[in-house]
Amino acid sequence: MTIDLWYAIVGSIIVALSVFAFLTSRHLMKKLLAFNIMGSGVFLIMVGLPQHQHGVDPVPQALVLTGIVVAVSATALALVILRRYVRAGGNPAP
Amino acid sequence: MSRSLRIAAAGIVAFGTLYALILAVLNAPQMQVNLPQQVALNLEQSGIDHPITAVLLNFRSYDTLLEVAVLLVAVVTGLALRERDALTAHTEQARDPMLHALTRRLLPLLLITSVYILWSGSYAPGGAFQAGALVAAAGVIARLAGYDIASRADVLLRLGLALGFILFLTVAVSAMFGGRPFLNYPEGWAGSLIFLIEAVLTFSIGLTLISLFVHAPGDSSPRGGDDDD
Repeated sequence: MTIDLWYAIVGSIIVALSVFAFLTSRHLMKKLLAFNIMGSGVFLIMVGLPQHQHGVDPVPQALVLTGIVVAVSATALALVILRRYVRAGGNPAP
Repeated sequence: MSRSLRIAAAGIVAFGTLYALILAVLNAPQMQVNLPQQVALNLEQSGIDHPITAVLLNFRSYDTLLEVAVLLVAVVTGLALRERDALTAHTEQARDPMLHALTRRLLPLLLITSVYILWSGSYAPGGAFQAGALVAAAGVIARLAGYDIASRADVLLRLGLALGFILFLTVAVSAMFGGRPFLNYPEGWAGSLIFLIEAVLTFSIGLTLISLFVHAPGDSSPRGGDDDD
């Protein structure tokens, strides 16, 4: 087993852990965090798996870079919506 | 559903996910195309010396264009959800002299570093997104220290948010006038056009992240945050 395959396996473990956290936690903020960490696990798989086959691969790295920026802005938008929801009287932990 | 049942169900789903993912990772089929080799072969004509920047802004620039569009949609939604009092919520804060002094010394450094990162993207790790993240960090620090840049220039802010996408789309479409396909750079101009796009993208990405932060609704909830989880 190479170190790159190990990255992909750790990525799968992170995805599974955050699926668990996403399903068990009630607070919306925690769900958002779990979803973010799930994304990080996917990024780790996306970088690790191609590296295992052909060495350092710029194409998935560029795609992951794109994904990180989209994830950051989507998280910021989710936080804005969450705050607006709380200020409108919603309960973040139903 | 009771709490223990919920945890057990979530545990089963998580284990199933883990099992499926690890099976998929271990039994992944060999790739038919050797992508690193393809990139290395075509790097010469991309106008850029660094493979990741070449992939981002030349070989797969469609992804980057759509990503900038996603950022624009996110910030437009964020701006639509802002509250009128959110702009003045923090202005009276942070009269801390230490924070002010630190910010005044830190901001120019952050901006210079972001220009360096942007420039280095053509031959080393770096580029528009990393530089844009630094610009955004500078804006967030300025905001926390009480400098309210965003609300002073509202029209300029909106123009800046859309500027990156507009310029990228203009360059992409303008190639079609010469009979070339969409998102194809003219011969010999690729390097300078990519740098121009990256510079404007840095500005727009930084502004997008800053305005999502600045225009977020205030933190005081009317009910008080009760977390019983």
